[in-house]
Parts: sequence; C-alpha cells; structure tokens
Amino acid sequence: MNRFHIRNMVWLAAAVLGFLALYALVQAGIINRFYQITLVTIMINIIYAVGLNLVLGVAGQFSLGHAGFIAIGAYSAAIFTKAMETNTTGLYVGMAVGVGLSIILALIVGIPTLRLKGDYLAIATLGVAEIVRVIINNMRDLTNGPAGISGIPLVSNWINVYIFMVITTIFILNFVYSSAGRATMAIQQDEIAAESMGVNVTLYKVSAFVLGAITASIGGSLQATFLGIVTPGDYTFERSIDVLIIVVFGGIGSFTGSFVAAILLGLLNVFLQDYGQLRMVIYAIALVLIMIFRPGGLLGTRELRLGSLVTKALGKDKEAVS
Amino acid sequence: MQLFMQQLVNGISLGSIYALIALGYTMVYGTIRLINFAHGDIYMVGAFFGYFLVSVLNVNVFLAMLLAGVFCAILGVVIEKVAYKPLRKSTRVAALITAIGVSFFLQNVMIYFLGPEVRAFPSTIPVMPFRVFGIVINMKQVFVFITTVILMIVLNAIVKYTKMGKAMRAVAVDSEAAELMGIDVNRVISFTFALGSALAGVAGVLVGVYYNSISATMGTTPGLKAFVAAVVGGVGSIPGAMIGGYLIGLLETIVTFMGGSMYKDAAVYALLIVILLIKPSGLFGKNVKEKV
Amino acid sequence: MSLLEVKNLTKNFGGLAAVSNVSIHLEENELVGLIGPNGAGKTTFFNLLTGVYVPTEGTIELLTDNGMTKLNNVKPDKINELGLARTFQNIRLFKDQSVIENVMVAMHREKGNSVFSSILRLAAHYRTNAEMREKALELLKIFNLDGIADDKARNLSYGQQRRLEIVRALATQPKILFLDEPAAGMNPAETAELTDLIAQIREQFDLTIVLIEHDMSLVMQICQRIYVLEYGRLIAHGTAEEVKQNPDVIRAYLGGVD
Repeated sequence: MNRFHIRNMVWLAAAVLGFLALYALVQAGIINRFYQITLVTIMINIIYAVGLNLVLGVAGQFSLGHAGFIAIGAYSAAIFTKAMETNTTGLYVGMAVGVGLSIILALIVGIPTLRLKGDYLAIATLGVAEIVRVIINNMRDLTNGPAGISGIPLVSNWINVYIFMVITTIFILNFVYSSAGRATMAIQQDEIAAESMGVNVTLYKVSAFVLGAITASIGGSLQATFLGIVTPGDYTFERSIDVLIIVVFGGIGSFTGSFVAAILLGLLNVFLQDYGQLRMVIYAIALVLIMIFRPGGLLGTRELRLGSLVTKALGKDKEAVS
Repeated sequence: MQLFMQQLVNGISLGSIYALIALGYTMVYGTIRLINFAHGDIYMVGAFFGYFLVSVLNVNVFLAMLLAGVFCAILGVVIEKVAYKPLRKSTRVAALITAIGVSFFLQNVMIYFLGPEVRAFPSTIPVMPFRVFGIVINMKQVFVFITTVILMIVLNAIVKYTKMGKAMRAVAVDSEAAELMGIDVNRVISFTFALGSALAGVAGVLVGVYYNSISATMGTTPGLKAFVAAVVGGVGSIPGAMIGGYLIGLLETIVTFMGGSMYKDAAVYALLIVILLIKPSGLFGKNVKEKV
Repeated sequence: MSLLEVKNLTKNFGGLAAVSNVSIHLEENELVGLIGPNGAGKTTFFNLLTGVYVPTEGTIELLTDNGMTKLNNVKPDKINELGLARTFQNIRLFKDQSVIENVMVAMHREKGNSVFSSILRLAAHYRTNAEMREKALELLKIFNLDGIADDKARNLSYGQQRRLEIVRALATQPKILFLDEPAAGMNPAETAELTDLIAQIREQFDLTIVLIEHDMSLVMQICQRIYVLEYGRLIAHGTAEEVKQNPDVIRAYLGGVD
C-alpha cells in the first residue's frame, strides 16, 4: 500500500508543480499570447506522440493512420461546439462523440488489419486515414467540405489542454507499466511465443490501437477548439508523419523521448519559422539520418521513471518492477 | 454503353501510368522487401526533369522520356546507396520510416526550389482524335499506351532472358542463397532500383504529356495507388503489377463514370484493405509463411 | 481415456507432407520422447499440437473438464489456456524484456489484470504485480535463474536462455509441457543437470512432458516411452530398450544395413 501511495503521489505532485510553473509563467507574461500557441501546440503534440508511441513503440504496430483519428476528434468538436448553446459543453460532448467514433473505427479497422505485418499494416492504416479524409471532404452538409469549418468557439486554452495531456499520459503509462502492458510488449518481441504463452494477441494489439485512436481524437478535439478552424487538408498523411517524426526523434518506445522531442521540435519550429519550406527539408534529412545512425532516437529506449526514481531514493526499491 | 467504353479507354491510359509506377514498387519489394515510399516522388522528379527538357531546352519528347528515365534511374540508385543500403539489416519499420523520410525530402526540396504550384506541361503530342467503333481515341492516349506496352515488353525481356534478370529473380527468392551462388547482390539491387526508377521517370513524363500539368506533390497519391496496384497484382510479381495497374486505372474510371468521382481515391484504398484482408498475396503473389 | 489423443494427424505444405498420418497418445504424469533424424517433422508436430499450425487432416483431442475437447482449429493462446505449453527449437524469448518479465508475461493469462483496470491503476494492479513477481522468482529459483532476474534476456548465456524458456512455459501452469530440444548446445555437465531438472519438475508440478531431443543419453535415460518419426511418419513406438533395437529406427539414423 505504501508504494501505491508514493508512486501515485509523485506523479500527482509533478503534474501539479508543472501546472503551477506554467501558470506563473503565463501570469508573469513570460509566456505571452504568441508563446502560448507554441505551448499548446507542444502539449497537443505530446498527446499525439504518446498515443502513437504506444501503438508503434510498445505494441509494435506500424500505424500511419493517426491523422484519421485526429480528424474525427477535430470535426466532432467543431460541429458540436458550434451547434450547442454552451460552448464548453459542446467541446466535451464533441470530444466524447469523437472518442466514441474513433473507438468504433479503430475496432472495425484494427481487428481485421492488425494481423498484417509491418509495412502492409502501415499502408492499410494510411489508406483508412485517407478514406476518412475523403469522407469528411464529401459530407458537405455536415462538414462543409473542402472549405472546412471556421469560427469554432475557442473553448480550449493551455489549461484544459494541460489537464488532458496529464490525464492521457498517465492512463497510457499506467497501461504500459502493467501486466497488460508487459504482455503487449511481449507481442512486439515475439508474437508467436507470446501467443503460445497464453497472450491473446489480437486483444492487446487492438487495445493499444484503440488507446492510440482515443488519444489522437482527444488531441484533435482540443486542437480544433484552440485554433478555431478545421479543414480536410489539415489531416493528410503529412499530419501522421509529423507525429511520426516526433516519436522517431524521441526514440520509438520511449515516452520520455516523445515528451522531449515534442518540446524540442516545438521550440525548433518557432526558431525555424522564417525558413518555411527549408524546415521540412531539414526534418526529412534528419529523419533519414536518425534512422541510419541513431535508430534509437535521441533517447533510445531509456526512460525517466519518475515513480521509480523516487522510490529508489527513499530506499524502498527492493521490488523495483512497475 | 458507348460512354462506358469511352471510359474504359480513359481507364487504360490511367492504368498504363499506374502499371509503370507499380512495376518499380513490385520489383524493389521483391528484392529487398521494402515499400519504397519515395518511388512516387521519383515519378514526380521524372515529370519535372522532362518538363525542363521539353519546355526550357525544347528537347523532343521521346528523347525527354529517355533522358528522364536515365536521370531517375541514377536518382534511384543514389537513394538506395545512401539511404536504404545502411538499413538492410534493420527492422522493416526502420527502413519504411527512412523511405518516408526520403519521400518527404524529395517533395520538400522540389517545393523549396520550385514552389508548390501546378505547372503546365507543354502539349507536345497533338491530340488528333479519331474514331474507332464509335469511340473517340486521341493520339495522346495511343502514345501513352504504346509507350507503356513497349516498356513492358522490354522489361519482360530483361527479366526473362538476361543474366541480370535471372539474378534479379534469384535475389527475390532468397538473397542469401543467391549471394552464396556468386551473385553480386548489391549490383542486382542497384540494377533493380535503376530499372524501377527509370520506369517511374518515364511515367512522369507521360503524365505531363497526357494531363498537361505537374506539381511537386503529384507523386504521393498516384504513388500510393500504384502501390495498391502492386499489392492487388501480387507484390513481387511483375505481370501482377502490370495487371494490377490496369485494374486500378479501370476501377477509378468506372467509379468516376458511376458518378462517384469524389470517392475514386477512397475506392482504391478500400480495395487495398479488402485485398489485404482476403488475399494479401494478391493475384499472382506467393504466400510466405514464417518458420516456427 | 488418455490425456491427449492424436489420431491420423497430417500436415501438408503445398505438395510436401511434413507430418503424415501420425497417431500418438499421452497419459498423465509421464515423460515421453519424440525422436527422429533432422527434418522428420518433430517440430512441425509440436506446432500442430500447440496450435501454431492447423492440421490438414486428423484430430487432436485433449481431456479437459468438458471431456475430450478437439484442439484442431483452436488458437495457440486458447490451447495454452487448456493446458499445453512449449519451448521453441530456436529460442524465442522476449529478448528486450528482463528474465523475470519473460516469466511474468506467461503468468498474465492467469493472474494479470484487465486492460481497463490497468489503465486506472486500481489497487489490484499492485497486489497482482507483487504476487506475480513472487511466484516468478520461485520458479526461477528451481532453475537457478533467480539471481539474474532483472537482467535482459538477450544478455543471458545460451544455456541460461534455454532454461528460461522452460521456466516461462512452466509459468503458464500447463498439464502437458512440450520441450523442443531443450539440451541443444549444452555440454555433458549441463545436460546432466537439465535431465535432473526435467525429472524434478515432472514430479513437482505433476506434468506430462514430451521431449524432442537429439541427445540420446538424455532421451534414453528419462523417457518412459519414445515415439520415432522419419519423413513425417511414425516408424516406431515403445520403451527405450524396444526402440533402441528396432531395425527401422536403426536404419533411419544410420542408413541401410549392409
């Protein structure tokens, strides 16, 4: 019971501290309007990256369809916030609907396709995301087609994005550092052996995929209500690649890496803003170079296990697993 | 009925392009088990190269195709040596990510230097429509089709009758065994890339001629669809890629004909998912089981 | 009724019959050997029994609480749940996970928490984890692997990896344990130690153990019955003595008698 308290307390403390720090910086005007955009973008990217890292790095499923789920969450939030009287309720209803739709899509797509191997799965998920985008593009009555939906009430700000970032991260990490998470990792290591040891491979692959879809959808809803506009063109394959770049740079499988990479790339984007297209060229080259020379990404698979650090420091680390 | 046949003709032209691009995918996948994501962008580079030759240097279109083919062949070999070779022993995921990186690189370099706008490709082949059995066919369509057929015949000859072709087939089946038999696997892989990229480059010029427009992002969607074509035909199978290309071309035009032109892309992706679920080895491909 | 009844089991790959018309039976608490020259189909046979391959013909039936249950089209994880566990000819450990994690994964089916409860980190998670860890260490201790419980599986020596595979399979609480060449690559001292361990776990856990092995000393020493395969067919069956003297077996291993 001690360890339950200590580890959870540590995470809670870190989250609260982070919040307070950011709050102070915002109040002091250090993080002004402009930087708030960067801050929120980074946090939303963290939400995306953590989800994709779960699917790609933990479950070993190469999904290139993240953009599809982001789009569902975004449009859902857009439609509901505009339709409902209280905008904030609209956001959460929209988010819930988006999540629901994403779960359904993830199940429909995931159950049959997750038995495909590596590259085929990538293309199949890519195809699904494109189909979603085409459908959104064509449901003019609902989604306003290629022009997209503008004038979305700006209900999201750094505070609720922060809260969702913390919640989604904690839930995903809880899954990873659990028996279910271990079983999922085992599937990535050797699927046949895992199955022979009683692991229901389909269940865990699909679970990871669904969790990834849920986080993508939540992020999309937040982003739509922060930026105020959504168009189908925002959710092309490029969007999936943007998230993939963060996960790869940070090290596939490393959640600390996803955090660090999202922050670094977010800041880098600000500095390289003036370089426009060249920025993308640089990222592309970096992607190739990392895969060749440092495929483990910036952090490899090393993790900063906050809970472990503290329990070790307090000398209660005799049973240092999960 | 006539309208339908008319659409079929369009479908064949489109299918020719997809077939040419699909061939490159299937040959590369057959040899090194990599989906060369950048392949569609090589096609795009070919289109631009042809564009410069024809509109700036006033080169004859046939020569432009040939040169674009050569240029892309070299580009393909360079990409393989620089980006893919170091990853031959890595996971497929790593190789695929690298391919995505290369694709991204090519696209964004083109956008950086030449802008993202669509450019008009000069009309080098006179349209000259004529009627056959009541269907209108124009010279451009004939040009595309005949060029494609010639290229496929040449490719087939290379693969079936030359030493390199035999080596390619050997490496596709078992690269380690092929190496032990004295085949220089690296050379075979380079050759495969060169051949596939050359076809893509020519396809790029053909598209420029046929549709009269090119853009830096023109490679992504056709690239994906051509990959679907390769899967439908059976990845690794050359006749499969050819047939798959035409099937996808026809599928698109039929969907358009039935009034669903907005969904034609989705139809192709949907076909991909269906095939992967029902018969992942495609029409002519082989099922490779993992040894336990 | 036997514990496991296999009747006329056949597996064709394209034109090749890897296993052809093989019938065996297994009883409770016995140690059975499966031998034969390379390529005889032994591992394929294991794969068929554990659900990795689907039989082309024939039946596999296991005695469960519901009587004789047909295993033919059942997936490997369900077959494991019903009581069959195995090790692999070419070690298939979870290389990047630690020794103890490898074992704990095998315990997940029985003792692990659901996805939902894991996400919410309910108190059950901590309880379960502690229990699983304790049980895993007990098992590892039998095979002398408890000292390196937190080492990554890929860093173990070959012999340690082979033993870990056995512990992992044991952790799934099977009724029948299939060991595919457990002594491969071991020196005589290690083999002797392994032989004792196998006998010990059979007693301790009330198991039926089926052994594929090329090391005849091991097989002849502890197997009560032996089946012999050649080119996918069953060519002999009996006690160690009987099989040793069977002319077909001698021919299969040594070639024709002149």
